[in-house]
Amino acid sequence: MNAVDMRSVSRATEPEALATERPRGRTPAWWGMVLLITTEVVLFAVLLASYFFVQFTTEGPWPPGGIRTPELRLPLIMTVLLLSSSAPMAWADRAIRRGYQGQLAAGLALALLLGAAFLTLQGIEYDTKLAEFTWTSYAYGSLFYAITGFHGFHVAAGLFMIGFTLVGTLRGRYTYERHERVRQVAFYWHAIDGLWILILSSLYLSPHV
Amino acid sequence: MTVKPDTTTAASAPRAADDAVGERLSETWPEEHGLWAWFTTVDHKKIGRRYMVTAAAYFVLAGVAALVMRTQLAGPNGDVVDPELFDQLFSLHGTAMIFLFATPMLFGFGNFLVPLMLGTRDMAFPRLNAFGYWVFAAAGILMFGSLLFEAAPNAGWFAYVPLSGSDHSPGYNLDVYTLGLLFLGVSTTAGAINFIVTALKLRAPGMSLNRVPVFVWAIVVTSFMVIFALPPLNVANAMLFLDRRFGTNFFDTAEGGDAVLWQHLFWLFGHPDVYIIVLPALGIVSAIVPTFSRRAIAAYPLIVLATVATGIISFGVWVHHMFAVGLPDLSLTFFSAASLIITVPAGIQVFCWLGTMLMGRLVLNVAMLWVLGFIVLFVLGGVTGVMFAIVPFDQQTTDSYFVVAHFHYVLFGGAVFPIIAGLFYWWPKFTGRMTSRRGGLWSFWLTFAGFNLAFFPMHISGLLGMPRRIYVYPGDTGWTVWNLLSTLGAYLLTVGLLVTLGTLVHSLRRGERATDDPWGGETLEWAATSPPKVYNLPVIPTAHSLTPMWDERSLASFTDGIADDERVLAHQHAVLRTSELDGRLEHPPLEMPEDSPLPLVVAASLFAGTLALLLGWYEGTLVLLVAVAALCWWLWPHRSPIPEDGADGGGGQT
Repeated sequence: MNAVDMRSVSRATEPEALATERPRGRTPAWWGMVLLITTEVVLFAVLLASYFFVQFTTEGPWPPGGIRTPELRLPLIMTVLLLSSSAPMAWADRAIRRGYQGQLAAGLALALLLGAAFLTLQGIEYDTKLAEFTWTSYAYGSLFYAITGFHGFHVAAGLFMIGFTLVGTLRGRYTYERHERVRQVAFYWHAIDGLWILILSSLYLSPHV
Repeated sequence: MTVKPDTTTAASAPRAADDAVGERLSETWPEEHGLWAWFTTVDHKKIGRRYMVTAAAYFVLAGVAALVMRTQLAGPNGDVVDPELFDQLFSLHGTAMIFLFATPMLFGFGNFLVPLMLGTRDMAFPRLNAFGYWVFAAAGILMFGSLLFEAAPNAGWFAYVPLSGSDHSPGYNLDVYTLGLLFLGVSTTAGAINFIVTALKLRAPGMSLNRVPVFVWAIVVTSFMVIFALPPLNVANAMLFLDRRFGTNFFDTAEGGDAVLWQHLFWLFGHPDVYIIVLPALGIVSAIVPTFSRRAIAAYPLIVLATVATGIISFGVWVHHMFAVGLPDLSLTFFSAASLIITVPAGIQVFCWLGTMLMGRLVLNVAMLWVLGFIVLFVLGGVTGVMFAIVPFDQQTTDSYFVVAHFHYVLFGGAVFPIIAGLFYWWPKFTGRMTSRRGGLWSFWLTFAGFNLAFFPMHISGLLGMPRRIYVYPGDTGWTVWNLLSTLGAYLLTVGLLVTLGTLVHSLRRGERATDDPWGGETLEWAATSPPKVYNLPVIPTAHSLTPMWDERSLASFTDGIADDERVLAHQHAVLRTSELDGRLEHPPLEMPEDSPLPLVVAASLFAGTLALLLGWYEGTLVLLVAVAALCWWLWPHRSPIPEDGADGGGGQT
């Protein structure tokens, strides 16, 4: 082996060279969020399974006791609002990875608005529904309000997280080099949006089939 | 290299490394003292010890409940306690042993040992870890404290509706159960996530998945099971609480609800939970057997796969707890078959241990004796377990003392024996002291004899038709002599456990000082001092095999690393990060948080909120805002000198 080869070998194995070539991989926080979302998804899966269990053991019409099949107009508007909020969230995440703090703030603010609009509409929907049945009206009422309410609570928690991240953004805490937190909040938000599709299909669409 | 080398000179490599760099490390990982430090520590070893001590205290309390019951049942028509108290005693005994003793105790072992075995310096989320402990401790205080107000859970540990509904169980008793378990669930879930992430990301370089100790595998599989099994329990408890307190109708059959739904949800959690308890205990066995057989575990891939398979199959057997409910025959058939199949991976594990012993050189020390006792009892419990998988047999013996006998063989034999084995095995590492061999032998034989005398006769009283949970029985049933034997056995068992406790306490005060590696163990916890320093290992080694302490190259990495700043990592309060599958070094190191009061504040606020909810003082739940504020402070993106990962080409260069 000649001297030139040896030099190139040692240059490639110097600490600096190794450090830049090292894979970065997923962070512990990334995994932590994935696992938290996993256990939350199981939680909703169990709730929805309980809903179908009760539906299948109920004789007669579903929903029972003269409760009308849920109307779809408002929930579909809510769906559009919530699902479209994922786009600015993804945009915000992408932006800060390139260091654009302004776009991050704008994306978060937009997601916040859309999420808040969803919750407002859910409030309006509850207002009309409660006149018809409450969570003490049959197991159906209990399940309906527990599932949608629990999801609404998650939306509220997600909005709090987005707002929290927005405050940090405005204080300049997220940069090209530090933005792991944004990605986790985005993750959580997308998961909540995805869960809504399951809830929409189960509670609102399936009784129409 | 699977057999322990005879030379012990190499084992001093970690000690040499400690002499070289320990002082520098103590500056970044200081040993804190005083009251403030006690409440704010996030050190996984202190938290692990706390988990174990607290769980042991709850074990004693739940054990005393059992002794009172055995005294009541010693003869016919006992009148030690009234039926109301008896209901609370057996409900609390079961609930506490499952939720407040077994899982937290094994989480304590995991907390102390997993970072050490992986060759890192703390859990992935140290503050979350401290939070989990405080929540667990508070949940235990809530559960046991309720007994003082005669408000302890009183509908059995599985709290079937409608008995547990507000019509048949007024009072706070079942609210303590539902809210207490929901509160505790936060701790268990947090702990599980922490274990998984630690095992995925914080392993020593070179420790690819096929070099991870079986104990760590067991903890990880258990944690995954917690992630999937706790949600059904939490949903069920939340529904029951809402039914009882706010008039919802999830389980009210008159209003379209379904009582059997509770059973499905509970056992969908409940059966995996049996393995959540047993798997880490089997992991302890898999750690002890190789050390005292002087060779690596036989068929490592098989025992790991068996552990994973058990975790998965355990989610498909829950209906065998419900064979007498009146479900369709087809579902009974399916679950009967699944319950038979799950014995296969359990059997594989047993043969892996036997094979290891057979092919190695057995050292019969106290810890190993407990392991052997475990194998006998676990197989006996397994045999009756197979019997329950057969539907007609199950329907004959369900809710009888035969069931009580079975699950004590599985849980006491299958979990408590390995736990005590683990205590004797790792005691030098936990405390820096050796235990007395004589005390250990007495403790084992007394406990083993007492256990069998207490629980074997229950098979017979069960077959004779004695139902579980009755508080008195008439004298003409033929059960008297078997019950008397059980009660005598319970007393003998207590003596054995007291001798165990005495042996351990004696060791704390008078025990001989332990060396770093008194047994010649094969995993990395034995590279640390006894007890370990705050920073665990002086140099983060490279794991070249499954048995790093028995392999020269891994040991050499301790001495080689002394000069390597990256492996000593003394200049920053951080740990190394490696890739999930291959254990390749990733960049940059992960910064670890300092001690913090936040975990205690969040846990205390959550506890206060739970109490307010329990007592129906709903304005009081506003105290949860303290938790929210503390969490905001906890998660605020504070500035840090270490750049985090993620920037494309940006991270890791400053």
